[in-house]
Amino acid sequence: MPYCLSGKISEMLVIKNLHASIDGKEILRGINLEVKAGEIHAIMGPNGSGKSTLSAVLAGKADYEITEGSVTFNGKDLLELSPEDRAREGVFLAFQYPVEIPGVSNINFLKTAINEIRAYKGQTPMEAKDFLALVKEKQKLVELDGKLANRSVNEGFSGGEKKRNEIFQMAMLEPKLAILDETDSGLDIDALRIVAGGVNKLKSKDNATIVITHYQRLLDYIVPDVVHILYKGKIVKSGPKELALELEEKGYDFIKEEVGA
Amino acid sequence: MANEILAEQISGEYKYGFVTDIEADNAPKGLNEDIIRFISKKKNEPEWMLEYRLKAFKYWQTLEEPHWAHVSYTKPNFQDIIYYSAPKPKVQLNSLDEVDPELLKTFEKLGISIEEQKRLSGVESRIAVDIVMDSVSVKTTFKETLSEKGIIFCSFGEAVQEHPELVKKYMGSVVPYTDNFYAALNSAVFTDGSFCYIPKGVRCPMELSTYFRINASGTGQFERTLIIADEDAYVSYLEGCTAPMRDENQLHAAVVEIVTHKNAEVKYSTVQNWYPGDKNGKGGIFNFVTKRGICLEDNSKISWTQVETGSAVTWKYPSVILKGDNSVGEFYSVAVTNNYQQADTGTKMMHLGKNTRSTIISKGISAGFSNNSYRGLVRIAKGASNARNFSQCDSLLMGDKCGAHTFPYIEIKDKSAIVEHEATTSKIGEDQLFYCKSRGIDNEKAIGLIVNGYCKEVLNKLPMEFAVEAQKLLAVSLEGSVG
Ligand SMILES: Nc1ncnc2c1ncn2[C@@H]1O[C@H](COP(=O)(O)OP(=O)(O)O)[C@@H](O)[C@H]1O
Ligand SMILES: [Mg+2]
Repeated sequence: MPYCLSGKISEMLVIKNLHASIDGKEILRGINLEVKAGEIHAIMGPNGSGKSTLSAVLAGKADYEITEGSVTFNGKDLLELSPEDRAREGVFLAFQYPVEIPGVSNINFLKTAINEIRAYKGQTPMEAKDFLALVKEKQKLVELDGKLANRSVNEGFSGGEKKRNEIFQMAMLEPKLAILDETDSGLDIDALRIVAGGVNKLKSKDNATIVITHYQRLLDYIVPDVVHILYKGKIVKSGPKELALELEEKGYDFIKEEVGA
Repeated sequence: MANEILAEQISGEYKYGFVTDIEADNAPKGLNEDIIRFISKKKNEPEWMLEYRLKAFKYWQTLEEPHWAHVSYTKPNFQDIIYYSAPKPKVQLNSLDEVDPELLKTFEKLGISIEEQKRLSGVESRIAVDIVMDSVSVKTTFKETLSEKGIIFCSFGEAVQEHPELVKKYMGSVVPYTDNFYAALNSAVFTDGSFCYIPKGVRCPMELSTYFRINASGTGQFERTLIIADEDAYVSYLEGCTAPMRDENQLHAAVVEIVTHKNAEVKYSTVQNWYPGDKNGKGGIFNFVTKRGICLEDNSKISWTQVETGSAVTWKYPSVILKGDNSVGEFYSVAVTNNYQQADTGTKMMHLGKNTRSTIISKGISAGFSNNSYRGLVRIAKGASNARNFSQCDSLLMGDKCGAHTFPYIEIKDKSAIVEHEATTSKIGEDQLFYCKSRGIDNEKAIGLIVNGYCKEVLNKLPMEFAVEAQKLLAVSLEGSVG
């Protein structure tokens, strides 16, 4: 039985028996996961276990074929929504490998995104001065160099800068559900602390975060309510934050033994 | 899957395809000496102009249509074209009240209402507009303001009447009628165009702009533009083009000549949006244009910036002859082709003077079943010491049914030359599109963002008013080109 937290009411994300394939190869093989508002879930697992696939499927990447199962997000069938509508509904994916868009300034990119999301909600475009104030505020929150905000999206950014830029975008878009796909990998300890600090500051009782990571290290800074272990496309074990420590200590081999793989 | 969406969605609707219902004063179809005499007479031209036309016509008759460009199309039937079509009334107009209201509506649809221009008078950023519809220049705004500075900005026909010495001196000095097939044809039958002279030491205080529009059916448009910047003069010149949607192909064969004297600078910007034909490749404008400038004297500069989204077939190489020492030539280009459009465009930089510099930035974007070619020549003559050229030619492919081709030619006759050439070809990234979507931006807007980002270096060179228009145009012409 999956490990469950009690006492919270609203289910934000409910994934049931999710199977997904690419080019006929099954990658996700029956994922079950429930995330409530206010929670932080960590998903850990060895390379190739399907962590990025799960996040891409949730964000709506078209390459994958969903062969079985369902995903509801705040009561809506997430799988029916286009990727842009998922974002507009409040799903945010911090990419493991953020994409460069030459010639498009970060600011212009975010302004477009924010106004698209606002239009979806029937709101008018944000006033320029409000937008700039927001940029300033959020830049400070993730300690992002002001110059980066004006440069082309991720172009020529270092690995760490790209990751920090993802968190900056998250801060700007204020999603309900943020999925961070190995945002910690490639970060030095200072950057890790800043990124984690940003996530913690943005945490509220109304939003939820799924932190995908390979290492326990990040979880020293972002304390999860639940830890799940993904292995060969399935969540094979869930538990409290201590599970991450156990995993670190014993390595993934102990999972293999436990699940008899 | 992606291909189905692509096939389904390639639409790129043409938003300027209206026909203005104005009675036109046409010449009979076809081309012979009598037609040329008719045009010349209509325009009340002096004898020397008629002689020039007839010489050009004789020469043209000895030529074969060129076919070296990477385009294929059905050769126009030159006897099936109307060479002169003037919207009535064609009397000289002095105030807007005299302008045919239908015509004013046309201008409004083009987004250049003269009313708007008038209201803008007295504001910093003003644009003086000359509008050439079919064959005749209709209205030149701001003439008086300009003439206070000694600037001449008028229709070509008027310049022939009022400033024959300037026209005689410069016309054909950069693009002689012997230059090529279409230049010869233009020299024989051109009907109007714009003329601009900036006197010594004058910086033109506003953008000068010409809008070309082909309206009447079966007509060809053959306009000439001649721009002269005298010593220490500066002007920024804009050119815009639209045409209604028609099933048959219409021919546009213009000639543009630019001359810069000592320390002078001319910036010439084009947003070309001739009707490209429908999504099956039916109709559209054949755009066969000769554009060339000469940096006649030292320290002068000519800059071409073009955003080309229209025409069924484009054949165009805005070039610079760098004759004066230390002169500078620039070419910044975005060429978009969608559906069955074909474009063969690029530039020639001819370095003759010492320490001459040229820069070529070309961005080709191909979508649908289109073909987009860059063709460029950098020639460094013997004695053009320390000449430098930098060329960058990038191609962006959207989908897998289109083509991008690059034909760079380099001829170096002087050992001190430094010539650099960079070229890239990329596909619009599914990853980039998904990244945008995952931030709430839909497909169309995402393509707009990515493409505008890709073209930024070129768009940045356009004057503000034009840059905004160009950005919208890019998005519109690529609408639905990636699923
Ligand atoms: N586009 C693809 N085509 C084929 N196989 C893929 C593709 N993307 C991922 N995979 C495979 O799916 C599995 C899971 O990959 P991924 O989700 O990236 O794992 P993780 O993020 O946990 O390291 C791996 O075996 C990987 O090789
Ligand atoms: Mg991964």
